[in-house]
Amino acid sequence: MKTTNRGRILSALAMTGATGLALVACTGGPGVDNGGDEGGDGDNVVTVYGTIVTPEQELLEESWAEWEEENDIDIQYEGSKEFEAQIAVRAQGGTPPDLAIFPQPGLLADMASRDLVLPAPEGVAANVAEYWTEDWAGYGTVDDTLYGAPLMASVKGWVWYSPSQFAENDWEVPTDWQGLLDLTAQIQSDTGEPPWCIGFNSDAATGWPGTDWVEDIVLRQSGTEVYDQWVANEVEFTAPEIKSAFEEFGKIALNEDYVNAGFGGIDTIVTTPFGTDPAAALADGSCALHHQASFFDGFLVDAGVEVGEDGDIWAFLTPPFTAGGEAAVTGGGEIVAAFDDSDATVKVQEYLSSPEWANSRVSLGGVISANKGLDPESASSPILQEAISILQSDSTTFRFDASDLMPGAVGAGTFFKGMVDYVNGTDLDTVLEQIESGWPSE
Amino acid sequence: MSDFLKWVSTLNPWLEILVIVGVFLIVVALILFFVEIAPRPGRMYTIIRLAACVAFPALFLWFLQSYQWAIAAAAVLGLIFFFLDRRAKGGAGSLFQLFGFMTPAVLLIVIGLIIPTIQTWFQAFMNSRGTTFVGLDNFVWIFSQPQNLRVVINTIVWVLVAPLVSTIAGLAYAYFIDKTRGERYYKILVFMPMAISFVGASIIWRFMYTARPAGQEQIGFLNQVIVWFGGQPLNFLAVEPWNTFFLIVVLIWIQTGFAMVILSAAIKGVPTEQLEAAELDGTNGWQKFINVIVPGIRPALIVVLTTISIASLKVFDIVRTMTAGANNTSVIANEMYTQFKSFEAGRSAAFAVILFLLVMPIVIYNAVQLKKQREAR
Repeated sequence: MKTTNRGRILSALAMTGATGLALVACTGGPGVDNGGDEGGDGDNVVTVYGTIVTPEQELLEESWAEWEEENDIDIQYEGSKEFEAQIAVRAQGGTPPDLAIFPQPGLLADMASRDLVLPAPEGVAANVAEYWTEDWAGYGTVDDTLYGAPLMASVKGWVWYSPSQFAENDWEVPTDWQGLLDLTAQIQSDTGEPPWCIGFNSDAATGWPGTDWVEDIVLRQSGTEVYDQWVANEVEFTAPEIKSAFEEFGKIALNEDYVNAGFGGIDTIVTTPFGTDPAAALADGSCALHHQASFFDGFLVDAGVEVGEDGDIWAFLTPPFTAGGEAAVTGGGEIVAAFDDSDATVKVQEYLSSPEWANSRVSLGGVISANKGLDPESASSPILQEAISILQSDSTTFRFDASDLMPGAVGAGTFFKGMVDYVNGTDLDTVLEQIESGWPSE
Repeated sequence: MSDFLKWVSTLNPWLEILVIVGVFLIVVALILFFVEIAPRPGRMYTIIRLAACVAFPALFLWFLQSYQWAIAAAAVLGLIFFFLDRRAKGGAGSLFQLFGFMTPAVLLIVIGLIIPTIQTWFQAFMNSRGTTFVGLDNFVWIFSQPQNLRVVINTIVWVLVAPLVSTIAGLAYAYFIDKTRGERYYKILVFMPMAISFVGASIIWRFMYTARPAGQEQIGFLNQVIVWFGGQPLNFLAVEPWNTFFLIVVLIWIQTGFAMVILSAAIKGVPTEQLEAAELDGTNGWQKFINVIVPGIRPALIVVLTTISIASLKVFDIVRTMTAGANNTSVIANEMYTQFKSFEAGRSAAFAVILFLLVMPIVIYNAVQLKKQREAR
């Protein structure tokens, strides 16, 4: 194709003009509506999006079924393991659900600070003030604005063991951190096998079980003040308090003689799935100790184990750092926040923050809630009743899982990666610097 | 525009299809109509052209609910275009016709490719919220973190290994399969992976590599073989730095078929006179292959190499599906997604720009080569 110079200049000019115009077109003018009523499917349908998938999803849907009938509101729940990735994309792309169940307050804070979620309605705020402690209310609050109420809760930091095995060998449940290390050494010398099994593998989230270990130790060793500053990045990962927590964890996880019971060497920590495999190892007795949150109960039941004080497997909380120190526990939970303020959505959000819903869901089994209106008798299994009593006790200091509170770039990014690198033998200072580097720029 | 789309979304799905197809046909018919009548002389046609020149750009922007001044500017540009078109070399209406044909394609390219590219370049120099200009901070962050350097290095390893191995393997297949009986069936078998989606292939291979603890039933093929031979199961995807190579195998497995098909066709195109002449000169098979066939298929080799290089530079699905970047297997495209997911649009865009800069030389080289070949013919 032979074009003259003038023609070329012309086409270039035309292209430039077209591009410029299209740029203007894409930036959107005054007439563009951003957000607004995205529901578009009637007044009494409320879409809820969350991480909870089958089998818990059925129980969740059952828990509000009656209420739906009474109030003529159809709650359409959609569960996805890709929630954390999808919710950001959907909210930024303008197709959010009406309500989202955030498993990480940090993710909620990320979205709230970008004005993607709406502040909580008055009814929800009243429920939060009445039925939750200030700690819990704080997890749904970003910059002094309440965005949502907590939903369910879990208590982390349990150490699972076999009571009968302990009784046979005269092993005692330890009362302080050093006691736990001594117990480990004792089990190792009595059996000649590593006592602990640890599994970090969880697909894209590989490494998260390790963050629970570090959080437990930071909270117990350095106290709540340092813990809160750590979450806010006022105490950096490279600080001595955090470094020492990693080192304490390393005393167990980096010791060839102590891990990885039933699986092999230290290198198998990263490759062992976090749920099924340790449960099987505990069940067949090849693993004596395992550190995991209360949901592990479900994996044990699937492995055909009776969980209870007199059952096959029971659990004690990771002990305080010094004997008799204050009982501090870490835990997790969900926050329900809204992207839409239609009447039906507000009603659902209020109902989910009420003790009625909490009792309805907890009585179906498998989960607990930190709602003060919850009747401990609702809980199904011994470990959950134990967890509720811990949550409702006034002497317990509760702190939310730190990695869930941190911005996703760290809490679900470099912190996970750092745990993997640490147990794979990367030098600790390098690991801490890498985790710290993930903090968002703004 | 958005009102129209909202209205469409309330219809019955079957009706929706009819409406969308109908609108599409109307637009196509309009374009064809204007293109058809454009070159005709006469006052009426001139007026129609003028109206179209001014109204089209303005209406287009009005549809997109843009600013008033932008709509006005579009109309003015259309008017200028009309006068240019009247004085065009090919006669009045020829430029109009040309643009009429090109506009739909150009619009799609501009909206789908050029604008996002420009926006990404802007984002790469802004903070994550896109509110303040931060200069090179995002790039400094990438090149000052060992983990991010590792990501860039991994990507470069992909580009160095995958294209070379797949091209060599594809060439070997192409050369030897041509000489065997049942050539067609072998080719289908080798080409088969190309027909599988990347995600599907990744899931298949993840199964191949899966490791279960020693003593338990192995579900991964490779580890089952190792166990049969009395070895310990090995978790392939967690062993650094080899895990990256285990991932690259998947891409090689897919791309070898592609290389083989192209190169096989090219080998068939090498003139038999040259081969006969080489035989008369007393070459052995290897010399013939290196000195006659390979130079003869050089253009095809370049196309294959560059195509696979670009594919391995922007590899995402294999890494995301198999390891999601765990154990230092991450590559740039995967990291882009990870950063975007945690609201770090600036850092994500910076990764995108780096990827763009890495792809660019290959694309330019490819274009230059193609041009050279055209001139040679």
